[in-house]
Amino acid sequence: MRQRTAKIIARYMPQMARCQLSRRCYDPPMVAASHNVLVVVPALNEEESVGAVVTTILSENPGATVLVVDDGSTDATRNVALAAGARVASLPFNLGVGGAMRVGFHYALDHGHDVVVQVDADGQHDPAEIPTLVENLREADLVLGARFAGVGGYKVRGPRRWAMVVLASVLSRSLHTRLTDTTSGFRASGPRAIALFARHYPAEYLGDTIESLVIAARSGLRVVQTPVAMRSRTTGTPSHNAIKSAIYLGRAVLALIFAYVRPSSTYGTKVVT
Amino acid sequence: MSLASYLLGIGASLLVLGFAVEQLRRRRMRERHAVWWFAAGFLALAASVFPRSLDWLASTIGISVPVNLVFFASIAILFLVSLQHSAELTALESKTRALAEQVALLELRLKDAEDQARRDD
Repeated sequence: MRQRTAKIIARYMPQMARCQLSRRCYDPPMVAASHNVLVVVPALNEEESVGAVVTTILSENPGATVLVVDDGSTDATRNVALAAGARVASLPFNLGVGGAMRVGFHYALDHGHDVVVQVDADGQHDPAEIPTLVENLREADLVLGARFAGVGGYKVRGPRRWAMVVLASVLSRSLHTRLTDTTSGFRASGPRAIALFARHYPAEYLGDTIESLVIAARSGLRVVQTPVAMRSRTTGTPSHNAIKSAIYLGRAVLALIFAYVRPSSTYGTKVVT
Repeated sequence: MSLASYLLGIGASLLVLGFAVEQLRRRRMRERHAVWWFAAGFLALAASVFPRSLDWLASTIGISVPVNLVFFASIAILFLVSLQHSAELTALESKTRALAEQVALLELRLKDAEDQARRDD
């Protein structure tokens, strides 16, 4: 396992180093024709929906491995996921999406997966769209499934919308691509992104969405978005509280600012292999 | 200043110093945390043994009521200690998080190894 990890890093890190020097990267990414896809599903108390999500992922994506990262659930999430045919890594306590995804990226490195797709356990991401995301990895290191790009009926208003607009415009500029939905949790990472994120995926609040994109930008990864339809959640309700939305806006802007002013040494963009 | 309040000042600062030494001696406090309490204790001791020095220092830096200097120094030290604790807490949290991630992955590998061993039997 360790040798395999070292091999993957040795294979992809030289490209990353080149990208860092030029700040922008146009090397064709290293995704083979047949992918070894790992679908990571962070799950916190999702026993009602995780089973169907796993089953759909497996039926829509034969050959993919599903890793459910049980983020300290107190319900039957783990057993439901196992019964549905997923591999399950259980965190001893809740770490948030960032921590769960770090487990996923480490698992991918250890087991030689060259693509990691993140899918939410609440059923709002359509597993039938996974091949579309993976297909787009031919031209990018990180593909975001965007909710407002014309497909599906997902609408947001108020401070939460302003936050999304601000984030989209700043991140679009720094990633040299048009992004409309930067907080999407539906995303596919290629080998270079996996190698970077396994070491430096942020675990703070909003780090898994906003800061991870800034890290990608500052490390010279290529990011694109592709429109995806969102299904309404199968369980739970999204929050539309104005005060909560305003707090969200503040924290999002703060996270964005600190992601840019952070010394690059904390990203370890000069990764020692 | 009465003799009682003079002795109270000295007693209180000796108590702080004694407590810091004892915690350090029993390995209940690490040196980098104890250093703040030593600094606070020694300053308090100096000011209570030689109250005149406090008056002199206050007038030198332009503080008209000497006791304000005491408040200022105390708040400054507590503030710095609190900052240090926040930073250490963050460091501890990230270490705990890394351990939790490792545990989850190791558990998965252990399960796989056990299943493999069972199949080989």
